[in-house]
Amino acid sequence: MTGRKMIDRLLPGAALAGFVVGWELLVRLADIPHYALPAPSLVAQTLWAHAGSLAGSWWFTLKVTFGALILAVAGGVLLASVFALSRPLERAFLPIAVVLQVTPVVAVAPLILIYVESTTAALLLCTWVAAFFPILSNTVIGLRAADAGHRDLFRLYRATPWQRLRLLLVPTALPYFVAGLKISGGLSLIGAVTAEMVAGAAGRETGLASRILEASFRTETPKMFAALVLLVFTGVAIFWLFDRLARALLGPWHASEMPRSAP
Amino acid sequence: MPDAVISLTAVDKTFSSGTRALQSVSLTVAPGEFVSLLGPSGCGKSTVLRLVAGLETPTTGRVDAPAWRTSNRARTAFVFQEATLLPWADVFDNVWLPLRLAGVSRQAAAPRIEALLGQMGLTDFAHARPAALSGGMKMRTAIARARVTDPDVLLMDEPFAALDEITRQRLNADLLSGWHAAPMAVMFVTHSVFEAVFLSQRVIVMGARPGRVIDSVSIDEPYPRAPGFRTSARYADVCRRLSASLEAAMSGSPA
Repeated sequence: MTGRKMIDRLLPGAALAGFVVGWELLVRLADIPHYALPAPSLVAQTLWAHAGSLAGSWWFTLKVTFGALILAVAGGVLLASVFALSRPLERAFLPIAVVLQVTPVVAVAPLILIYVESTTAALLLCTWVAAFFPILSNTVIGLRAADAGHRDLFRLYRATPWQRLRLLLVPTALPYFVAGLKISGGLSLIGAVTAEMVAGAAGRETGLASRILEASFRTETPKMFAALVLLVFTGVAIFWLFDRLARALLGPWHASEMPRSAP
Repeated sequence: MPDAVISLTAVDKTFSSGTRALQSVSLTVAPGEFVSLLGPSGCGKSTVLRLVAGLETPTTGRVDAPAWRTSNRARTAFVFQEATLLPWADVFDNVWLPLRLAGVSRQAAAPRIEALLGQMGLTDFAHARPAALSGGMKMRTAIARARVTDPDVLLMDEPFAALDEITRQRLNADLLSGWHAAPMAVMFVTHSVFEAVFLSQRVIVMGARPGRVIDSVSIDEPYPRAPGFRTSARYADVCRRLSASLEAAMSGSPA
């Protein structure tokens, strides 16, 4: 590894470390009270001290996030296949999907909480509404994106509908689907936290959003930060996970993931 | 002439947009014959191929070709202007595709595929994806794919138009030797007089707007044709004759 490459690789970490150290110094030197702005060291201590309860909440948030994402993938892909097979059905139902998408989750969540008895189910539903649209719209486009020459080829050799789907339409749609998945992964975490913020600390099981609300009522600022740090890590981990997935699925052939040096 | 493997009888084709692509086109191709379709752009050459392949239906008139006899599956192969390889599949799997669609397993198809890859100089690239191939290599893969089913009819729509001159000439020679080894009827669309003369036994000249057959010229040069044929007097004669036909085809319609 050349020196320049090494610097490139270390730069983001160094910037982050510098930021944390600067923050710590600022709090200590300016004597800022911890309820206004806790130092990173205090946030870390709080994280450790409340590890048990925070981990429980974190687990709950993860369950809602990934539960909704899985449902979004299932629903989005299923609906996209139906739309791709039938223009009339797409025309009939796409507006409804758009209405679902453009309505802010914060605004519908209270209604959903009224109609759906189980809080967990309500949270899942809210998160699903936020997450499913990118998968739906990307997959619809992807299933229609097959090259005209490829379509002719499959017609020439009299491919069955099933062969066409498996060997042509699904591989063509894959990069579009993965792009949708990357967006939806982020949205489902945002959806899960937003929905819980609106739902408040109701129910037995509660997530990180409830921890933040609770801590805010009690002006336990360090605990708010601790929960926030967990959310940030979760968000980054989800992004990383899907980025890796995209590279594994598309790396060998799709322009979006191929190294620039390819001939 | 023996029974034709392809015949078009008084074929008219008008697209739904109202464009009249072909007007009363009649032509036949004998089994194993190498025929080029030569003409300016917009003369319906590609439409003729698509009709033969069963990818279009004639507005009036009759098309008879393997693709139109329903029992014949995979008797017709098509090499498009673009290589149209599946980008997610490697060279081997791309060549396998026609057999795979006909239900032949990878293992059963392997000897045939490997032999073809050898003939086309692709053995070392069997596991390369299309993105890693040059334009000429992609076209070689497309030709191997077209030949994998041992078709009776090979349709080629300006397959080498996007390649450089040297690659084009090498592919011309390789195409001819492949055809010579296993004769199949070839319909080769081009707008290069020189390419048409070098490759074919017969050149059909088409005129534009609407597309129609203007002339048909036989070339009695035996195969295999040596590169020297390109510089012979006979070659120059035929080229001159065809250029005159083309000129006549274009006069009366603005280029």
